[in-house]
Amino acid sequence: MLLREVKEILDAEILAGEEYMDREVEAAFSCDLMSDVLAFVDEKVLLLTGLTNLQVIRTAEMLDLSNIVFVRGKNPDDDVCKLAKEKKMVLMRVRHTLFEASGLLYKSRLGAIKIEGE
Amino acid sequence: MVESEKTIKLEYEVGKEEFSKAGLASSNIKKVLNQIGIEASVVRRIAIAAYESEINIVIHSEGGKITTEISHDKIIVIAHDNGNGIENLEKAMKKGFSTASNEAREMGFGAGMGLPNMKRTSDQFSIESSKGAETKVEMIFNI
Repeated sequence: MLLREVKEILDAEILAGEEYMDREVEAAFSCDLMSDVLAFVDEKVLLLTGLTNLQVIRTAEMLDLSNIVFVRGKNPDDDVCKLAKEKKMVLMRVRHTLFEASGLLYKSRLGAIKIEGE
Repeated sequence: MVESEKTIKLEYEVGKEEFSKAGLASSNIKKVLNQIGIEASVVRRIAIAAYESEINIVIHSEGGKITTEISHDKIIVIAHDNGNGIENLEKAMKKGFSTASNEAREMGFGAGMGLPNMKRTSDQFSIESSKGAETKVEMIFNI
């Protein structure tokens, strides 16, 4: 799914990376626990989260993950957007809850990531 | 590029409870590894491990440092803090076990995945610690 489709489906406001709307994501992961993000996610994944601090951007950076949606209408600080722009990331903000935003994308056929069994 | 007999060493200080700076060291390590042409999937594994170590030093310790040694066939990441140690290592290695503060949890950590993530991403993992002592985590990545 292209990021411009994500934006439309979620009626999102773009906070950083407007020029990268043609990027594609293969799956999405919704999570507020950054250690779980570090455990399960890789680069072509859209991250939906209610956390808006710098560590979200740092976590994404370590994973080469470039596309993030902040849910529940939360607005990150300027330094978060600044670092995201530096790292060529896309940040979007939506009014939906995490559940609702995930559901809307899933209904539009954006799938989940696969978690390997132990 | 790295020559076979040479080792590149990077060392970063990590401060206690310096939440806003957490990730800077790992970000720099990642940048250097990319610059010298280490394979992207290996760089990502090292970045995850270094970042989890860095977060651990910030939220659990009295401060410490992260050292990265790059040689021709492997990269060693050592996270060494100044205490106060881990009381029960077996418990600490279990997924989901955490003693993190509320502040750390608000940052998105304290899920009890840090040490398991470091072990999972590295080719060799060892940890030395005891209550009241320093903690040293050594991770080796084959390249």
